[in-house]
Amino acid sequence: MSSLVIQDLHVAIGEKEIVKGLSLTINSGEVHAIMGPNGTGKSTLSKAIAGHPDYTITSGDVLLDGASILEKEADERARAGLFLAFQYPSEIPGVSIANFLRAAVQARMAEGEELDATAYYKRLYAKMDMLKIDRKFTSRSVNEGFSGGEKKRCEILQMAMLEPKFALMDETDSGLDIDALRIVSEGVNTLRGPDLGVLMITHYQRLLNYIVPDYVHVMWDGRIVKSGDKSLALELEAKGYDWVKKELALA
Amino acid sequence: MANTDTLAQEAAAADNPVAGIDQTKGDFSYDVSYAFDAGTGLNEDTVRYISSVKKEAPWILEFRLKALAKFRSMPMPTHWATKDLENIDFDKIRYYLSQGQKPKRTWDEVPDDIKKTFERLGIPEQERKFLAGVEAQFDSEAAYSNIKDIVSKQGVIFVNSTEGLREHPELFKKFFGKVIPTGDNKFAALNSAVFSGGSFIYVPKGVKVAQPLQAYFRINAENFGQFERTLIIADEGAEVTYMEGCTAPKFSTSTLHSAVVELVALKGAKIQYITVQNWANNVFNLVTKRGIAHEEAEIKWIDCNIGSRLTMKYPGVVLKGRKARGEVISIALANDGQHQDTGAKMIHAADETTSNIVAKSISVGQGRSTYRGVVHIPKHLKGCKNNTECDALLINTNSRTDTYPAITVRGDRNYVQHEASVSKVNEEMIFYMQQRGLTEGQAMSLAVNGFINDLARQFPMEYSVELKRLIDLEMEGSVG
Repeated sequence: MSSLVIQDLHVAIGEKEIVKGLSLTINSGEVHAIMGPNGTGKSTLSKAIAGHPDYTITSGDVLLDGASILEKEADERARAGLFLAFQYPSEIPGVSIANFLRAAVQARMAEGEELDATAYYKRLYAKMDMLKIDRKFTSRSVNEGFSGGEKKRCEILQMAMLEPKFALMDETDSGLDIDALRIVSEGVNTLRGPDLGVLMITHYQRLLNYIVPDYVHVMWDGRIVKSGDKSLALELEAKGYDWVKKELALA
Repeated sequence: MANTDTLAQEAAAADNPVAGIDQTKGDFSYDVSYAFDAGTGLNEDTVRYISSVKKEAPWILEFRLKALAKFRSMPMPTHWATKDLENIDFDKIRYYLSQGQKPKRTWDEVPDDIKKTFERLGIPEQERKFLAGVEAQFDSEAAYSNIKDIVSKQGVIFVNSTEGLREHPELFKKFFGKVIPTGDNKFAALNSAVFSGGSFIYVPKGVKVAQPLQAYFRINAENFGQFERTLIIADEGAEVTYMEGCTAPKFSTSTLHSAVVELVALKGAKIQYITVQNWANNVFNLVTKRGIAHEEAEIKWIDCNIGSRLTMKYPGVVLKGRKARGEVISIALANDGQHQDTGAKMIHAADETTSNIVAKSISVGQGRSTYRGVVHIPKHLKGCKNNTECDALLINTNSRTDTYPAITVRGDRNYVQHEASVSKVNEEMIFYMQQRGLTEGQAMSLAVNGFINDLARQFPMEYSVELKRLIDLEMEGSVG
């Protein structure tokens, strides 16, 4: 059982504060959704937790299994069990998905330890079968010339292979048509289980029709302003973000 | 699941076996006592000394002395290349150092201090595994030279240039200095004056050498100049692959490596010449490489330049016979404090000749890479084709890259295509890879390997693995 604890987190890009005191605890096996309008700091939150150098954490803390990760480099955080599914994954020309994942798996091994290539491919193919991904897929260069759906599928495959403790999914649904959305959601649902905690960031409620969250949080102006179960998402869909805004104004 | 198992095994085998590769760098040196030493500085006596210890025929001494005069009369090519050339102090260089004149035919006979250098570089092991023959040059002379029986029985000659001149003078003289004349450039003239070592290869008509021949050039001494001279002749219909590796320990003073390599591919012959150099960053690497391809012959240069302080090298092919083909595949990596000035020359001199140049350069930190190319197709020819591609990858904003393609095509019956691109490894790409658990150095290394992947695939596997290892080492070291 693992936990990811975000404590009164403040994040700035340059001088501008974007996340303004956000607290949230995610345990293994839980799926949390953060919803909110554009520009409210959702993506900033996920990138800051992952350790992107452009985002400065000005105060607060992030604890993975009780230990702060803020002094760690992005790659150390990744190896400790954090995975960020990118909204816009980078292209890596000339590097096949298979070789990229292999390097990532190798990076998790102790120094001097050798990766068993045959065992690696067996595991890769098993994951691809599970996610119903064609074998040819992994010989393509990472994200190069991929459609929006293929990019997301590539993210899901990486997540399956790297078996993180916590996955931060940044606008996984953006740019997807309904078929792609279904495929990606099936992937996440397949990976969902007692050993994985998920933080899903989304603008729209429609993703939550496919991946049903345990908790829903509404983010507004750098903070979580409302939390509830999946019914909160439906309420939000029906009433719109203005409803939250009005509630906030009243409070 | 049997199917998956087989597929998994196949996929694993197709990969580069990156894990478990020896991480030994070339940066080490052993104290060696030299029996032959031409002293420091360059004059006629130096040249006479070299010629006399080699017991050369009079025409060779004459050739050398003429070359020395030529070298002295030519200006440094600083006007178009780099002022850094002015920092070479020819009076402080040692031009000839060796322990003996005759290379050994077995590793057991090689003196221990030299043998352990090559063992540490893995040469005897590679020889056993996949090479048809090896020549290992230590400073001025080959310490070891051997060719597998099966290859020598086919009539293939693979010796060092000193032996070649002595034992095969008629063959040697016919082609020596014909592809690259002494006065081709200042450093070709210097090499012609003081050359020592390098390979002499002759492949008889129709013989196809199945495994590569390899030469390894090792500089061990400080303030030293290595001037090997290689001549490869592939007779009609013959085929040969030659690979060279180069290393030197890192000294605080500058070291000079100035080779001349001449290739002759007679009718229908194929020569593939592969270089993976990893010079320490105090080495001036100023090399002239050119081949002549006769009718329907093919010459392919695969040239990987890593390390050195300054490399100036533009492998060329003179396409002399109808339907001759020339190719240069070039990879250059310029790290901090390094300048890779590399490229290719394609001189079309017959109808229906084709040439292909693919040059990829990587500039890291303050590193600077330059592509310089010449493609020449005169007016009277028809049906000639050239394709030139130059791609540059920049890692961080301080690095510099320049492209100087000089393409001269006259007449309207020829076809030329040129493409160039510059791309950057950006912060987002590195962050993406780091988020998957790779360190910054591993991420940059992977980006660089991806950039050259399509070229590296054309190498024999052992060399693409070596190349990847060298890139990994360079990129690990470049992370601030």
